[in-house]
Amino acid sequence: MTGQLLEVNDLHISYKVYEGLLRVLNGVSISVGEKEKVGIIGESGCGKTTTMKAIMRILAANAMVAGGTIAYKGHDILRLGRQELMRLHRTSMSMIFQDPTAALNPVFKIGDQLQDIVRYSEWRSSVPNKQEVRTRAVELLKSAALPEPERILDSYPFQLSGGMRQRVCIAMSLASAKDLLIADEPGTSLDVTIEDQIMRLLKQIVEERGLSVILISHSIGAVKGFVTKLYVMYAGMMVEEAPTEELFSNPLHPYTQNLLKAVPKLTGGGVPEGIAGRIPSYLTITDACRFGSRCRFAKEHCHINAPPAFDVGNGHKVACFLYGGS
Amino acid sequence: MSAEEILVVKGLKKYFKTTRGVVKAVDDVSFSVMKNETFGLVGESGSGKSTVGHVIMGIYGPTAGSITFSGKDISMGVGRRPKELKKQLQIVFQDPASSLNPRRTIGQILGLPLRVHHLVPDGNYAEKVFEIMDLIELPREFAVRYPGEQGGGEKQAVAIGRALATGPSFIVLDEPTSALDVSIQAKIINMLMRFQKEFNLSYLFITHNLSVMRNVAQRVGIMYLGKIVELADTPEFFSKPLHPYTKMLLSAVPVITREEEALKPEKVTSTGEISGALSVPPGCSFHPRCPFVMDVCSKVVPLQVEYKKGHYVACHLYPSAINAE
Repeated sequence: MTGQLLEVNDLHISYKVYEGLLRVLNGVSISVGEKEKVGIIGESGCGKTTTMKAIMRILAANAMVAGGTIAYKGHDILRLGRQELMRLHRTSMSMIFQDPTAALNPVFKIGDQLQDIVRYSEWRSSVPNKQEVRTRAVELLKSAALPEPERILDSYPFQLSGGMRQRVCIAMSLASAKDLLIADEPGTSLDVTIEDQIMRLLKQIVEERGLSVILISHSIGAVKGFVTKLYVMYAGMMVEEAPTEELFSNPLHPYTQNLLKAVPKLTGGGVPEGIAGRIPSYLTITDACRFGSRCRFAKEHCHINAPPAFDVGNGHKVACFLYGGS
Repeated sequence: MSAEEILVVKGLKKYFKTTRGVVKAVDDVSFSVMKNETFGLVGESGSGKSTVGHVIMGIYGPTAGSITFSGKDISMGVGRRPKELKKQLQIVFQDPASSLNPRRTIGQILGLPLRVHHLVPDGNYAEKVFEIMDLIELPREFAVRYPGEQGGGEKQAVAIGRALATGPSFIVLDEPTSALDVSIQAKIINMLMRFQKEFNLSYLFITHNLSVMRNVAQRVGIMYLGKIVELADTPEFFSKPLHPYTKMLLSAVPVITREEEALKPEKVTSTGEISGALSVPPGCSFHPRCPFVMDVCSKVVPLQVEYKKGHYVACHLYPSAINAE
């Protein structure tokens, strides 16, 4: 396809643990176009972060890619040599993590950490000038709307508030993200007014710089105003994919429908129902539809085979036997 | 609703001495909770909402002010509270992973309050533990399992079951669903609402999530840097918010439907951050972030006035008490 920056196709990832094999990702496919803003929603443990780590190729040592491909700007990420991969990390893609406190090293000043990244991303054959690096770091902090950048460079992470730390992390990611920015729940650990500020800042930066974004969240409201295309994940499967408006006005997968219903509304109307049951254990997971055990519409064959993604038009795909197959 | 007050908090203050100065975590907070009511306390982290809950529980004694429970003064620390009172007051914490002992089985955790308060005279604790487990919809075989093996929803259900074990009349819910996913959150809240009806419970519901609050509380108070800045009945609070901070919070809530978007007050874009508790701004503590700031705001602390019946606000924009509609 033309204009696609990232194409994840039928990705399978398992983790080796003491008890056996955790079959986490099961056929995940994502595509992100140039300057496209894509969101992934799903509950904890559904494999959102694993998918992103696979794209960055920073998976834990016990992870195994059991199948699938990740194509990024013509590179096959999973087979890239170490040098090439580092070049991509330096100049093309970057990731913002959920918890800015854990993402920053507590024993180094912000300036040391940020300037390291600047040096790394701007690295060429010559050693960059100290002053240039500092100027660039200050610029980055300014673009993340941080006041008094000079003072922040000389601060330790614990001297900053949570919102400021997340802005520092955004600044760091901007040093190397020239094409793709992956934001893994950037506002979740922050207060609602601060989260609002961070999301607005991110949106502005992304639009100014023409970046592609993958925004991960379990907060459905937070992604709604941000992205143009949404993926819904459940227990390592991609259950639904649709343009944002379409997904909210016409959710098809029973899981998506339940999830949208479970969000308490500001307009009141009582406490919504939750979804009965829980995510199945990845240790004992079968080939059946992974939502089958919690699904009201589950039929016999749902407990035997996993549904493929059915295209229902308008760029809307849903992995459920209610919408095709048998 | 009957207007019988079960808990009255008056002029509550809780200061902490630190090496760098005094932290006024709770500074002159007054409210009351009616029988069978859910009173919601909302605020950002650092606003002092959890400290209020902890002082009510007696985890620390107040610096000043009084707490009255069922007509009796209980403003003392937990060590000097009679056992009977501890039975009546219970708390559910935010993170069940750290509030449940990982080395005790679920059965042992649920049995502990029964033993402490000698609630089963014939010593047959197992039967009572099973009853509690039925109540919180956990399969009975979970009694021998450890909390670490369970999901967040099940763990929080155990924490709720433990609070219910002593047959309390008042429960402090300190962000009971913040650590949970939405589908699980809905289940836990429904469970709490059902128990409230079944056992005539009164709740102090502490959360930062306004959407949850809208659906569970009858009255809501909003805290900012140790003070309640606005307090009103829930429908009134959400349809006609007065304080600029309330408006800012409501504007920032991510919503998913158009109806919700329409309900939001005029958009007050969020700016700035909550100040550190050691450097509370003079005058109105919200004034550095307030878009409607006036000269007086940085000098005089606004007093709480009853702007409309049952609708209290502490802001210089609303100087006079009860106004006609």
